[in-house]
Amino acid sequence: MADQDIALMAHLMRRAAFGASREEIEAAAAKGYEATVEQLLDPASQPPVDEDLMLRYQPAYNHAGAIEVNTQAWMYRMVNSPRQLQEKMSLFWHMIFCAGHSKIDSGEEMGIMIDMFRDHGMGSFRDLLFRLSTSPGMMFYLDNTESHKVALNENYGRELLELFSIGVGMDEQFNYSEDDVKTCARAFTGWNVAPAYPPFPHGRSPWEFRFDPADHDDSEKTFLGHTGNLNGDDILDLVCKQPGTARFVSRHLYNYFVADEVPVPSWRQTPPRDPETIQALEQAYFDSGYDITAMLRVLFNSDGFKNSRFTKVKNPAEMVAGTLRLVCDHRDEMKPGLFEISQEPKYMGMDLMNPPTVEGWHTGHEWIDSGTLVERINFAADYLGRTELPGVQALITRLMGRGDNLSAEDFVDGCIELVGCLNITDDTRSELVAHAARGGELRHGSSDEQAEFTRRSGEMFQMLAATSEFQFE
Amino acid sequence: MVSNKKDNVLAVLSISGGNDGLNTLVPYSDGLYRDYRPALGISEEQVLKLDDRIGMHPAMSSLKRFWDEGKLAIFLGIGYANPSYSHFRSMDIWHTCEPDKVGVEGWLGKVIKEIDPNAENVLTGVNFGRGLPRALAKEGVPVASVGNLETYGLLTGIDGEDQRTDALDVFGRMYGPTIGSSYTLDYIRRTGTDALKGADILATAPSLYSSEVEYSATSVGQYMKNIAQTHLAGFGTRVLFTTSPYNGFDTHANQASDHARLWTDVSGTVENFYDDLRQHNASENVLLLMFSEFGRRITDNGSGTDHGAGSVAFVVGENIKGGIYGEYPSLQPGDQEEGGNLKSTMDFRQVYTTILEDWYGMDPNPIVGGNFEKIPFL
Repeated sequence: MADQDIALMAHLMRRAAFGASREEIEAAAAKGYEATVEQLLDPASQPPVDEDLMLRYQPAYNHAGAIEVNTQAWMYRMVNSPRQLQEKMSLFWHMIFCAGHSKIDSGEEMGIMIDMFRDHGMGSFRDLLFRLSTSPGMMFYLDNTESHKVALNENYGRELLELFSIGVGMDEQFNYSEDDVKTCARAFTGWNVAPAYPPFPHGRSPWEFRFDPADHDDSEKTFLGHTGNLNGDDILDLVCKQPGTARFVSRHLYNYFVADEVPVPSWRQTPPRDPETIQALEQAYFDSGYDITAMLRVLFNSDGFKNSRFTKVKNPAEMVAGTLRLVCDHRDEMKPGLFEISQEPKYMGMDLMNPPTVEGWHTGHEWIDSGTLVERINFAADYLGRTELPGVQALITRLMGRGDNLSAEDFVDGCIELVGCLNITDDTRSELVAHAARGGELRHGSSDEQAEFTRRSGEMFQMLAATSEFQFE
Repeated sequence: MVSNKKDNVLAVLSISGGNDGLNTLVPYSDGLYRDYRPALGISEEQVLKLDDRIGMHPAMSSLKRFWDEGKLAIFLGIGYANPSYSHFRSMDIWHTCEPDKVGVEGWLGKVIKEIDPNAENVLTGVNFGRGLPRALAKEGVPVASVGNLETYGLLTGIDGEDQRTDALDVFGRMYGPTIGSSYTLDYIRRTGTDALKGADILATAPSLYSSEVEYSATSVGQYMKNIAQTHLAGFGTRVLFTTSPYNGFDTHANQASDHARLWTDVSGTVENFYDDLRQHNASENVLLLMFSEFGRRITDNGSGTDHGAGSVAFVVGENIKGGIYGEYPSLQPGDQEEGGNLKSTMDFRQVYTTILEDWYGMDPNPIVGGNFEKIPFL
């Protein structure tokens, strides 16, 4: 199989999935790029994650109240779900439709919200916005529960427009006015949460959405030039028709899957970095009736996507889940240690289910500081150095298959390719080659030689995990 | 007060989970306290009396020593208006001084920037614990965050000392400056170089350290020991931070035994910490601040207490004006914060303001976001 097919498939897997083992990449490449894209786009073609297995070992995952248990179950899904793109999309929406445990203070509600993103995140955007606007967690997080016919709270109305759908503006124009924000908030009055039982001493119960007609402002309103007794539902219809919304969703998909864009507040003034791909995505949005899967199909088959290798900084969840998928640890088995692993993204600056603000995490190079870089490097290097893990063994077997007495150059190039960071700069490569050359011959004939070859391979994988280049995907 | 502010160091112990102020500093002479605390009330005979109204929890005898020496400042009714009862949100407010909107920059991150604007010393601020607390976060401010000082560093998974030394040499060269690379790659390499520099220096702290003080084996004990080790190593670290085990003080149940155990550990550790620094003649320029994100409900729930508002905070230091500052919030039903909680009588930013101006010699206003009346403990 051509090396470029493998490289392209590895790229697709890093972006549209949480990475993959070498064997999975080879198998997918044999199947072909378009066929693999179609499989990713159709989660139902794959079995769901084995929930029976999860619950047999971890009965506590069932309706878990603690946030730590919910993040742990989610991490298990990221590493193990055969429906990888679906899981990736649940993270995508969580990073846009930000609500956090810091305010919601219920792990179960956060888990329910992520489930909603998983189950509906690849369907109609109109449907997703409706589910979001009837999510009790979101209604509480953005104070819609405090917004009343007689005392308006604009928080949800504003963020729905600014951060969840139309965006402040595009092509240097504004997409809506302050009056539209107020109208939007008025239209969502009465979209509320039924009173909850007090959490102590018997624990929490899930919240329920409740529309309260008595608290709904049903007077005449004007929104984006349309006048009537608009309810939240009507607002969503109007929002989804806007070119701004097509642009907004397209840019977010591009930012998440293709290349780091400038932060959202700059989108009004700063044009997209790849207008052609964005335009194709906008077209797919309208042509399909706001279908996210249709947009993803265009995205993954675009040249802009295929040519975007190693232009993005991995987010912490990708770093953690991707490393485990590559080395094949915690895969298809429940075993101790998953709790600690689920805390790793937090140490790397991404406290899952608890984004810092409604604007979400700052991505790109802002994932990296002197504390998080140490965590990222040590996590990946620790796992890639564990030569007993099946995924690492598979890499070493392939490396040995390249011949006995490999030159230092071939050894390093082989490791680079197998670990999947293919754009190592020349200066980094020459340091690694010099390091390999200092270690002497690389033979694997006798069992002693094999043991030493294995050790040196593991060490080289660790050094690759420590490179600045490995921070990219 | 120490005049040489450029050497002054602040250590912060964040008490995580919401410490029950009412049972930490017991208003033992107030009949309402007995009424509200039928299960968890601490009797007048048990408390360590500070005056004719207030006594410390009996497990706090080690901390009481500092009171007796005049080196403990106690802040009553500390909090902020419109309290949040969420652990995360309230911690964020204490960390960022942003009660109305969600802030992303920490007050101590700003302090580090002020002390070392060009990030010349990568160890000006050090945190002990995994992950960076919001208090220390600020773009362009390198802060080492150390999970375990004994093993801290890069590529700790490489077996064999020679192999690891060799690998770190390669790392240092791989992260050297690049010509014509992307902004992001260049940024990552600079960050990696800072991290390596910090790790190299910090790794020497344990071997430079010897002490007769035995800290407790708990994480509070060990991290406070690490703070002492870092301070004593003379790396120029000015801000040190650690957090007690996450939500440990969240005593919804079993409070009587848990709260006693927690404070035995914390007060014993504070005593160890200052004993250690004093033995090394290095305690004069160290101030220790202890706070929690909120206090707890006035009424106990039979076995514990639920999230509350106004609480207590402490500062320990050799040259401070020890004493009780502020008013004990009234327990009268009509004076309470909504929901049966203590109404705060002092804003936490008053304490920060005092530390910033009188300990660090900085303009507090841009850091705490406004003008707050100082508390005269320094």
